[in-house]
Amino acid sequence: MSTPTRTARRSPAPALGGHLTLAGATLIVVLPLVWMVLSSFKSSGEIVSLPIQWLPTSLAPDNYVEAGRTAPFGRFFLNSVIVTAVGASLKVLLALLTAYGLVFIRFPGKKIIFAGILVALMVPAHMSLVPNYTLIAGWGGRNTLWGIVLPGLGTAFGTFLLRQHFLSLPRSIVEAAEIDGAGHWRRLVSIVGPVSAPTIATVALISIVGEWNEYLWPLIIVDTPELMTLPVGLTLLQNIEPGATAWGVLMAGTAFVLVPVLLVFAALQRYIVAGLTQGAVTG
Amino acid sequence: MSASVLTEPSVRGSSKSPDAPDAPREPVRQRSHWVRHRKEYLTFLLFVTPNMALIALFTYRPLVLNAQYSTLRWNLGSDTATVIGIDNYVRWFTDPQSLEVVRVTTIFTLATVGATLLLGLALATVLNRPLRGRTFARSVVFAPYVLSGVGVGMVWLFIFDPTYGALSAVLRVWGATSPQWYLDRDWALVMVIVVYVWKNLGYAAVIYLAALQSVPKDVLDAAALDGAGRSRTFWQITVPLLSPTTFFLVITTVLSSLQSFDLIHVMTKGGPLDGTTTLMYQVYVEAFVTGRAGYSSAISMILFTVLLVMTLGQMRFLETKVHYS
Repeated sequence: MSTPTRTARRSPAPALGGHLTLAGATLIVVLPLVWMVLSSFKSSGEIVSLPIQWLPTSLAPDNYVEAGRTAPFGRFFLNSVIVTAVGASLKVLLALLTAYGLVFIRFPGKKIIFAGILVALMVPAHMSLVPNYTLIAGWGGRNTLWGIVLPGLGTAFGTFLLRQHFLSLPRSIVEAAEIDGAGHWRRLVSIVGPVSAPTIATVALISIVGEWNEYLWPLIIVDTPELMTLPVGLTLLQNIEPGATAWGVLMAGTAFVLVPVLLVFAALQRYIVAGLTQGAVTG
Repeated sequence: MSASVLTEPSVRGSSKSPDAPDAPREPVRQRSHWVRHRKEYLTFLLFVTPNMALIALFTYRPLVLNAQYSTLRWNLGSDTATVIGIDNYVRWFTDPQSLEVVRVTTIFTLATVGATLLLGLALATVLNRPLRGRTFARSVVFAPYVLSGVGVGMVWLFIFDPTYGALSAVLRVWGATSPQWYLDRDWALVMVIVVYVWKNLGYAAVIYLAALQSVPKDVLDAAALDGAGRSRTFWQITVPLLSPTTFFLVITTVLSSLQSFDLIHVMTKGGPLDGTTTLMYQVYVEAFVTGRAGYSSAISMILFTVLLVMTLGQMRFLETKVHYS
């Protein structure tokens, strides 16, 4: 009954305004990234030309080659891939095991352990900088890849998300396997894991993006270029390439950092958005 | 339940063990609960201990150590430290630079949070309308939130370049000259705030959108029947209904704003003349640039206290105030 009046009230003008707003917002997000890509193909002469030259004359990847020549970008990329792959997969595994244990295995005082997870969620990262730096440096972990990965492995966020999901699963699923005599590991791998695939994907994607973007910790624990990850290497490039002519090379380096995440996001944004906004729904 | 099993004299647990028919011995009886579920408990420990040990080592331990470090005069990497009690705190609270850091932190936090929430709500109301392409727009607007702060900072640093940047070109078309974003303290702060809002706006918009979609339709229809106009319905019905979401967003965005580092480090390094040095940035500078680890730890504790008070305040407030149904 209310539908006709609602549509009748909606005149074309506000719809146009709405479309313009959406287009504007989309452009404000997209244009800086387009600017990055275009600039990464401009020669230094084109970068500093006045009035501004918006489009590059050639799409030759000169700046990408130059970025790789000035700093070991291939190495940065490889380090980032290793840190992300190892860090994210271990994180997901640890979160899975902990969440499974907290939900499906009998143990006294599980509530206390879960409270410990919640407290860890609230401890701000800056508190651990100096103590963890001292500890990892003491173990000889400066300028190593394991030194970058290790302190971030314990995961409260992933554990929390997976636990909340496991609690929503019907008990009968697991009980059938229990009667068949399957152990907890089998139950996790062959039943609980598969039915939780979307949530695990969410936790995995958030961990991957987080590891890839991680900056402050790798910045302080690594200072030799051979072991830098992409974000840290990018600031190295910033420091050794002063002056306006370097912008083309810097934009090429920035594309190395941003484009992989943009591609992952474009393909799997449903899971990522769901996971990152989960706190609002559960909280 | 566990307590009753422990105090119960019967030794049900030992009935499974081979020597059950024998008279149960004292230790067995006391640990029967553990014996009965030993396999289960061991599995639990196997599953949970690695993660919890890492969290204890790299999250809890630093919490305690930071408090201890804050009482030391100690340079990072040095073997010797002097216990100086609360001198680091006294120094911070009496240093005129701290006032400046607090000023910058306050402006940065208020501006980023205010702009993120207002623009996020505005965007969400548009995204909530049945417009073509809104799903696409929602994804695009969220994208900057998942991007590296370092990468985003670098792109915008070039856009803000007063001579060769895109913004200066646009301003020139309008006959204006670009401010000295890199050299002027106030403009540098504005620049960092703008980029921070650009990066985080999508998060607030998506959360507001989810809340808007759960506003009951019949309430809005009733208001329309009573003759309330669009803007009146929005301000007097929708906005109050959104107050729990607004509150949640205020807290989460204040917390992340107070801890932001990447953008500031790439764009301004806290400068010029400390014009963009927030508390968080000061923690980093004191520990890893000037090397005064003890002093840095004291500032860490101060920032932690601020964050903790806000988090606890949120819990109290959520319990008492924001119930409307």
